Amino acid sequence: MKIFGFVFSLVITLALTIALSVKIGSVPPLGYFLDPFHGFWQNAESEELYIDPTLSAMVRQPVSVVYDSLLIPHIFAENEYDLYWAQGFVQASHRLWQMEFVTHVAAGRISEIVGERALEYDRAQRRKGLTFAAENSWQAVQKNDTARQMLEAYSDGINAYIESLTYKDYPIEYKLLNYQPEPWNPLKSSLLLKYMADDLAGSDEDVESTNVLKLFGKESLDRYFPVFLPGRDPIIPTEHNWSFDALPLDTPQIIYQNNTLYTETIEEPNPDNGSNNWAVSGSRTRSGSPLLANDPHLGLNLPSIWYLVQLKAPGVNVFGATLPGSPGVVIGFNDSIAWGVTNARRDVKDWYKITFTSSLRDEYEFGSRRLKTQQRIEEIKVQGADTFYDTVIYTHYGPVVYDQSFPKESTATVPLNHAMKWVAHDPSEEIVTFYELNRASNYQDYVKALDHYRSPAQNFVFASTSGDIAMWVQGAFPVKWQGQGQYLMNGSHPEQEWKAFIPKEHNAHILNPERGFVSSANQIPADTTYPYYIYDHSYEHFRNRRINSQLVRTRKAMPTQMMDLQNDVYNQKASDILPLMLDSLNLSALSAEERDRYDILRRWNYRNTVNQAAPAVFRAWWRELKKQIWDEFASEEITLSLPTDAATIYVMKQFPNDTIFDSKLTSSQETINDLLQESFSVAQQKIQNWEEVHGAAVNWGDYKSTSIQHMLRLNPDPFGVSNVPVGGGRNIVSANSERHGASWKMVVQLDESVKAWGVYPGGQSGNPGSHFYTNMVATWAKGEYYPMKFYQYPEDNPTSVLARQTIQPKSTE
Amino acid sequence: MKFVVKVVLIAGLSYITEQFLPWWSVVLCAFLVNVLIPTKSFNAFISGFLGVGLLWLVFAWMIDSSTDSILTEKIAQLFQLNQSGLVVAATAAIGGLTGGFAALTGSLLRTINQEDEVKPGYYK
Repeated sequence: MKIFGFVFSLVITLALTIALSVKIGSVPPLGYFLDPFHGFWQNAESEELYIDPTLSAMVRQPVSVVYDSLLIPHIFAENEYDLYWAQGFVQASHRLWQMEFVTHVAAGRISEIVGERALEYDRAQRRKGLTFAAENSWQAVQKNDTARQMLEAYSDGINAYIESLTYKDYPIEYKLLNYQPEPWNPLKSSLLLKYMADDLAGSDEDVESTNVLKLFGKESLDRYFPVFLPGRDPIIPTEHNWSFDALPLDTPQIIYQNNTLYTETIEEPNPDNGSNNWAVSGSRTRSGSPLLANDPHLGLNLPSIWYLVQLKAPGVNVFGATLPGSPGVVIGFNDSIAWGVTNARRDVKDWYKITFTSSLRDEYEFGSRRLKTQQRIEEIKVQGADTFYDTVIYTHYGPVVYDQSFPKESTATVPLNHAMKWVAHDPSEEIVTFYELNRASNYQDYVKALDHYRSPAQNFVFASTSGDIAMWVQGAFPVKWQGQGQYLMNGSHPEQEWKAFIPKEHNAHILNPERGFVSSANQIPADTTYPYYIYDHSYEHFRNRRINSQLVRTRKAMPTQMMDLQNDVYNQKASDILPLMLDSLNLSALSAEERDRYDILRRWNYRNTVNQAAPAVFRAWWRELKKQIWDEFASEEITLSLPTDAATIYVMKQFPNDTIFDSKLTSSQETINDLLQESFSVAQQKIQNWEEVHGAAVNWGDYKSTSIQHMLRLNPDPFGVSNVPVGGGRNIVSANSERHGASWKMVVQLDESVKAWGVYPGGQSGNPGSHFYTNMVATWAKGEYYPMKFYQYPEDNPTSVLARQTIQPKSTE
Repeated sequence: MKFVVKVVLIAGLSYITEQFLPWWSVVLCAFLVNVLIPTKSFNAFISGFLGVGLLWLVFAWMIDSSTDSILTEKIAQLFQLNQSGLVVAATAAIGGLTGGFAALTGSLLRTINQEDEVKPGYYK
């Protein structure tokens, strides 16, 4: 009996101990997780942050780190190795989980953490060749000693931090998902930049356009997807003279014919990924020195995509936004210059049909020759299941993304056996650009730094204390003939291939233009006079016009005006089209409620502020109208992309009698006015439903409901912030939409002593248990800024300092 | 008195071993203390439950209050407990339950090889 009692109790104890030590479903191992001495409790931080005042580590000379009141580290080192070592160490101490997670996303390694449900996602990441691209990049960087040493020092710093950790110190996400950080290496920094390249330059609509061409014909396609819109306001002003001729190029006659209508493509990055930047010359500012502003628009995530830092060592003193996982400053300023970036859209990803000579797929036709393929076997570890092996065929164009085994659903019609040709696959050393920009002291240095920059192409804005302002559309852009790569191409014909890249000096750029400012907002880089073909499917057409209309009126500008412009919520789109929409309504046919909404829109000042109802009504109407106009594109079976809002307005205004306005479902002949009337009524109903559900009158802030989600997309998401009261919206200068917006806002005044202001929707700490996790969100939402502290010495500003840390070299004995 | 000593011993030993070993060291502590010090089964269970449970309760509560529940609230939402107090309670309960069973097991192991002492007034 006693034995029985003992065994019984022992079994329960063991079972309980084991059950609490393993992850069950999505529940973390509760024994580990709830243990107050090691579990999540250890991630909770009190408001008074403790930072170790002295550390000893493998640095070569002592390093001082001063944390200011926003937890921004100001790193003072005596040599470059120590500088980047400390950047890696400090960044990892605040953002380790995020740094590693993003590189796992890029490398297609999420199944390792969450199991089989991420397998198809991982396969897509691998088939896009992101790791292949990162490896090419790291190989290229290794040839440059400076860049290699920077990446290695940074990596050493991160690893020193990782090695100092035990379970108790792990960021909470590791505890929640029950896995461990692995050692860092420089390839991961390359992966991070390829993740950005995919996000910013990974979008193409070649398959969709091919479908549109087949369904609607060339004339409609040109009408519904115009490259040059009337009223366009390119990055380089229209009157600019191009002092060169384009590289010569033959336009081939071969058109790739096939009759397939495709049903599916891999997921595209968010088309809202864009940004604003501008610089105003001293002739237009109060101080007489240039002002520079930049706000990159990205998915609103936590931990924040950006991390602020000051880096000072002999030869460099720079402050700005860094990408956790990559050394150096990406957007920022030093004591002589400031720079910023916006995404330079351009079609840099094309698809080539590969004709294999046999089912082995080891050779394919290329003109009269046969070329060999290479195989890359992707080993995808899957948590709780067997490792998955995916064989991807590589051609000289790039990876064959779609084949018999991918995507898994065999019913989908995908562009089988098409190879992806993408600029980001090529060897490149973008990291060197940032290394040199961090140290640049004038326009010449900036231009030289851009030599190394290929992808993702960016519009680099520049201003210097010596008074120069400039904009350079920089990236590797293939020289294309009219229409090249807008549709799928036949890879057997060498004529279809990219032949050359636009020489850097031919890339659109401008220095000190007469109008006294430069600006970019992802619009078309140049006008028709630019000697190269510059197709993209989604050039911005609203933010840029609003920005320029404001800058051109600027006299004696102060930094606050730059902030006001970044926070500008003027709805250019509505002001372009709403008067026409309202004028077309037959008022006598409106119900009383509809008439109220009509009056709201009539009285609207076109500002998307949080308290107004009109922005919500306009949005609901516009969405419904677009749905009705482009109902021909709403196919369940065929993948098509909708024309942009700008193109929709263009067609409405220029071709009011276009057949697109006639619904295919009815026998009667609809006109645009019928659609406006009908869609207004539906939109009114939708707004009314919203009001019933929410029990309150509609307002833009709640209707839009901007939220900043944790990267894990937890449900519920207590690590995110929901319903942030912030104005703006899609295609508005203050670009804050539902899940997307200004991820970092910076304004720099280039006086003799450079001054800067900034804010981002998050906080320096990536720890949801820290008071510095979301401490800047409210300031950001209000459109306010923090003065950025730029120290010359670690002893500067003793009062506003949160903590000081000295990293001492370990004695080698 | 023996009971109180036991609770304190389990809590104290657990506190010390947790500085070096993972959470399951509390299982060992509750078990060992009860192998070494005899009590009745029920008392043994309670000693483990209170020893580990109170230790975890006090430390969880201390962290919770010194950090303004900044993380406890989020964990409460994540596990749909909705109150940070419940997370503290769950922590204590999980620790207590494991400690209790470990202690019971230790106590039962001790009695296996012992003759039944027939105490006055106590009949099987």
